[in-house]
Amino acid sequence: MNMYSIIMAASAATSEAVAEHGEHVAEHGSGIFPPLNTSTYASQLFWLFVIFGVLLLLLAKVLLPRLGSILEDRSHRIADDLDTASRMQREAEAAELSYEQSLKDARAKAHNVAETTRASVNAEIEAEMETAELEFTKQMESAEAKIRKTREAALANVDAIAADTAKSLVEKLFAGKITLAAANKAVKASN
Amino acid sequence: MAADGLDPIAQFEIHKIFELSLGKYDISFTNSSLMMTIGAGLICLFLFMGTSKRSLVPGRLQSMAEISYEFVADMIRSTAGRDGLKFFPFIYALFMFILFANILGLIPFFFTTTSHIIVTFALAMSVMITVLVVGIWKHGFKFLKLFVPEGVPIVILPLVVLLEVISFLSRPFSHGIRLWANMLAGHIMLKLFAGFIIMLFVALSGPLKIAAIAPFIMTTALMPLEILVAFLQAYVFAILTSVYINDALHPGH
Repeated sequence: MNMYSIIMAASAATSEAVAEHGEHVAEHGSGIFPPLNTSTYASQLFWLFVIFGVLLLLLAKVLLPRLGSILEDRSHRIADDLDTASRMQREAEAAELSYEQSLKDARAKAHNVAETTRASVNAEIEAEMETAELEFTKQMESAEAKIRKTREAALANVDAIAADTAKSLVEKLFAGKITLAAANKAVKASN
Repeated sequence: MAADGLDPIAQFEIHKIFELSLGKYDISFTNSSLMMTIGAGLICLFLFMGTSKRSLVPGRLQSMAEISYEFVADMIRSTAGRDGLKFFPFIYALFMFILFANILGLIPFFFTTTSHIIVTFALAMSVMITVLVVGIWKHGFKFLKLFVPEGVPIVILPLVVLLEVISFLSRPFSHGIRLWANMLAGHIMLKLFAGFIIMLFVALSGPLKIAAIAPFIMTTALMPLEILVAFLQAYVFAILTSVYINDALHPGH
């Protein structure tokens, strides 16, 4: 068979069905297209009115308020939770701020302590250096004084020795006698 | 009754389940009424189960209920503003009722209530009446400003007003027929292609029976499309309702 015979078979079946439909319609006593059959309108309208009316009443008075209240509860709950969350966030921010503030304070304090310590240590060092220097200068001065005294003494001894030597030299060379005072005077004069 | 499986129109027929009459009107409980009851019952069950635990972190069902709530609420807020939320139960009921009717109708052997124009038209008229009542109650005579857009030259104003009035009056028709036609066409197509599977399979012999796979693929492809349409039409109906209600609340455009 080919496509043609398939279509033929189908159309034969269709016409058979249509013929049977004719019988069927005769059986029911109305050949009218059902949606346009006005004899059913009263029943359809009546039941639509009753059923849709009851449905509308139930929905409006019971079921939709029930559902709506669930949704409202949830949105309230979410709004509350969001409020709490934002409040907590604000608190956390405040805590962070105060923490930073105290950290800054502590840092400043530590800095201060370090500064003062350094300053006092410096002052101490300086004072000690000063005293040490003073001590050194004193010791140096006293040493110098000692040296000077020693030198002076030595120089004085040199004078005495010179005078003595001069006296003995004069006595030996000129067989004369000079007093030690004269010799001293002469030494002094030659100095 | 073999034709019932093949006739794409038979699925729209209304059968009485038990007879009932009110005066001269026949208000029998039919398969259509039964499907409406099942749809409305499922909506209530869905919302009741979804809200029974009232948990802060929703489970699957509660999450779905919440999504449907937020979906419709957001839709109203974006089209009609905050004061449109007064009509939230009405629009939510419309959306869910149509959605459940459309989706349930896709299940084989289930009747689709929204495939009958009288139902969709009645729903559209309920929107229209709500819009008129709210508009006139809130704005009185000023509601007529809806038909007189601002900044239109006086010369063409009568024409514009006429067009606005016509478009306003045709709303319930377009609103109702859009949903009805979509449901009807989708179901006829599905039924037609599904019928072709059986027809080809019965009519052809031997290995040619494999040809029945073509309408089968087509039906499989149509199904998700129809589910999309079912959702989309409910959405379109609901969003247009909130647009119309926006007109009633703020008629000055």
